[in-house]
Amino acid sequence: MSTTVTTQTATPVRRRRLGSTELVYLALLGVVIIGAVLVGIRGDNLLSTANTVDMLTRSSLLGFVALGQTFVILCRSLDLSVGYVMALSSLIGATTMAGDAARIPLGIAVVVLVAGAIGLANGLIITLLKVNPFITTLGMGLIIKGYLDTQYKGPAGEVPSVFQQFGYSRIGPVPLSAAVMLIAVVAGILYLRKTRTGYHMYAVGGSDDVARLSGIRTGRVMIISHVLCSIAAGVAGLLIAARFGTGSALVYDSGYELDSIAAVVLGGTFLMGGRGGVAGTLAGVLILAELDTIFNILQVDPFFKDVLRGVVIIAAVAIYARRYHDRQATRVRFRGNGGGGERRGRDPGAPPDSADDESVPAGHGGGR
Amino acid sequence: MTQTPAPQRQGGNRAAGLLAALFGGGSATVFALLVVIFAVIAVVNPGFMEPPSLMAFIKNAAPLVILAVGQYFVIVAGELDLSVGSLVGAQVVIAAALIDGEESRTVPVMLLMLAFGIVVGLVNGLITTLLKVHSLITTLGMMLVLYGAIRLWTGGSPTGALSEGFRQAGRGGIEMSVVRLLPWALFILVAVVIAAVVLMRSPYGRTLIAAGDNEKAAAFSGVRVWQVRTAAFVLSSVLASLAGVLIGGYAGVTAQVGDGLEFTAITAVVLGGVVLGGGRGTVVAAMAGALTVEALFTLFNQLSLPSTIRPAVQGVIIIAAVAYAARERSRPAVPATDARPDETTGS
Repeated sequence: MSTTVTTQTATPVRRRRLGSTELVYLALLGVVIIGAVLVGIRGDNLLSTANTVDMLTRSSLLGFVALGQTFVILCRSLDLSVGYVMALSSLIGATTMAGDAARIPLGIAVVVLVAGAIGLANGLIITLLKVNPFITTLGMGLIIKGYLDTQYKGPAGEVPSVFQQFGYSRIGPVPLSAAVMLIAVVAGILYLRKTRTGYHMYAVGGSDDVARLSGIRTGRVMIISHVLCSIAAGVAGLLIAARFGTGSALVYDSGYELDSIAAVVLGGTFLMGGRGGVAGTLAGVLILAELDTIFNILQVDPFFKDVLRGVVIIAAVAIYARRYHDRQATRVRFRGNGGGGERRGRDPGAPPDSADDESVPAGHGGGR
Repeated sequence: MTQTPAPQRQGGNRAAGLLAALFGGGSATVFALLVVIFAVIAVVNPGFMEPPSLMAFIKNAAPLVILAVGQYFVIVAGELDLSVGSLVGAQVVIAAALIDGEESRTVPVMLLMLAFGIVVGLVNGLITTLLKVHSLITTLGMMLVLYGAIRLWTGGSPTGALSEGFRQAGRGGIEMSVVRLLPWALFILVAVVIAAVVLMRSPYGRTLIAAGDNEKAAAFSGVRVWQVRTAAFVLSSVLASLAGVLIGGYAGVTAQVGDGLEFTAITAVVLGGVVLGGGRGTVVAAMAGALTVEALFTLFNQLSLPSTIRPAVQGVIIIAAVAYAARERSRPAVPATDARPDETTGS
């Protein structure tokens, strides 16, 4: 127990110094500065309008997916089906709209309903049938893939030009899609900090048992997080339809599920649940998008980009882990169960700093 | 710790131990499923049960079974390895580029591949244990690095060719009368199976399960958890390299050859009743899981199911089997006092 006490007294002091969200935004700033210098040497300007627009455009698609992924990861779950949900949503959206501007609301409604139903199915299988989230969402992805491959031989549907504005138009330097994404992120932050269910997500992710014993309907929280995640992926699918002007099944090969998990973790959310937040995820998404933009301007070999991204993700998470474990400073990795739960219970709105991994003994934590 | 897998029992009633190994801890589902799938295949196509086609099936299934064994070591220790798919691809491309069709280079290149596998496993393990990065992220990063590095090195498309000696492991065998061809892959597979079962009965195997079940308790009992886990990652990478040799010999040289194998291997292991999060499940059941997945693919072929619908059927079967196993597991074996958090979050 003594470790718990020291942790608790030490935490507030350090937290005031630098929270994890601040750290992630500092990292983003660092990436922008280093990138601007590198690009500047080549005689270009990273912060020019064109390059900023490019960066924001890249970020909006992953932003929606990662926003949803944040909710499920906070609940100590994860969603590997988002890529397939995106592909399905783009097709359903485009075929429902069928090029008729009057049918846009209908298309959006159908997509939200279908995506929500998929999330509901994921959540129910995880909570009621007690299937591991990894397997549930992997299986769900395969089911959707089977449906898509059977049903759609190629691009289908047509998006009315009004709706294509969602993909192309800009407000000043900010693309409309990025603006909508930012609004969704702000809504996500408010949801996690101001609503009861948002609070409960931290509690469920921190310790499902403690949360249930405290009177939280943990299953319901888990289901809601999965529904929100799938709907967010559905909105990303609509954005794809708006950009392409039609629905496309091939999006599921783009690896959005793993990218979004990487962005969430890069943003300082704890992969084992209970810590982190949407603000950090936004920074994670922006870092990945900014890196892509910089690599593009510098004309880095696309394969080298993958290598760099892999290294950046591992290095960033290692740094978060370092900060967290320095503070713990114990050989065996303890985290006082009661202490941890209490701390989160009191202050879930301000996500505890440090985002890292493996502080929970895997016997308890390796829920995937 | 309530379910003691059979390998932990010494001597005594071996038959009872074997039965417990086969039917304990949610593993019964996979054996039942395996029997059902084989029965359906036998009904649809009686010719499949002839020795030659069974041998061909084993030759096909060997790489996945070997990958599943490697993934089992990592999963039972409480981690995950997503890098095996791209490692298989990397090893095949490396072999083709370095051997370049020359028979004399076969053995040195194989040794180099072994060394490369060990290095990848060490890096995965040390980053996960010492830098405390979650293994999902570590191995995801490794997957990206290997994927990019191999394509960077070869400029997008693999070069060179494998030697005939190299390909023998994956496609060759001993000519015989009854089975026509006794594949080398069968011998390799049997060796891996025996080694894996012996390893899980050895002190290392028990330590591995203990570390996956309760890391804290294991550490207090004097286990160097980081060493045990790092060794598991090395085992996984080495076995992935072996699978790469078989796949390269069997399927030929493309960089995409390993794509998606990591998820198939994880699926196979979980189908075998091994709990993600560590500490539960037997290596025999994991191998049965791999055989079940391969049998399922064979069944799809026999039924000539349209290839587009196959993923959907596969997804339904995986979810249903794991749900059924989870129901079985939560019923008799786990007393209320042992309600662990990961049980409730749906492991």
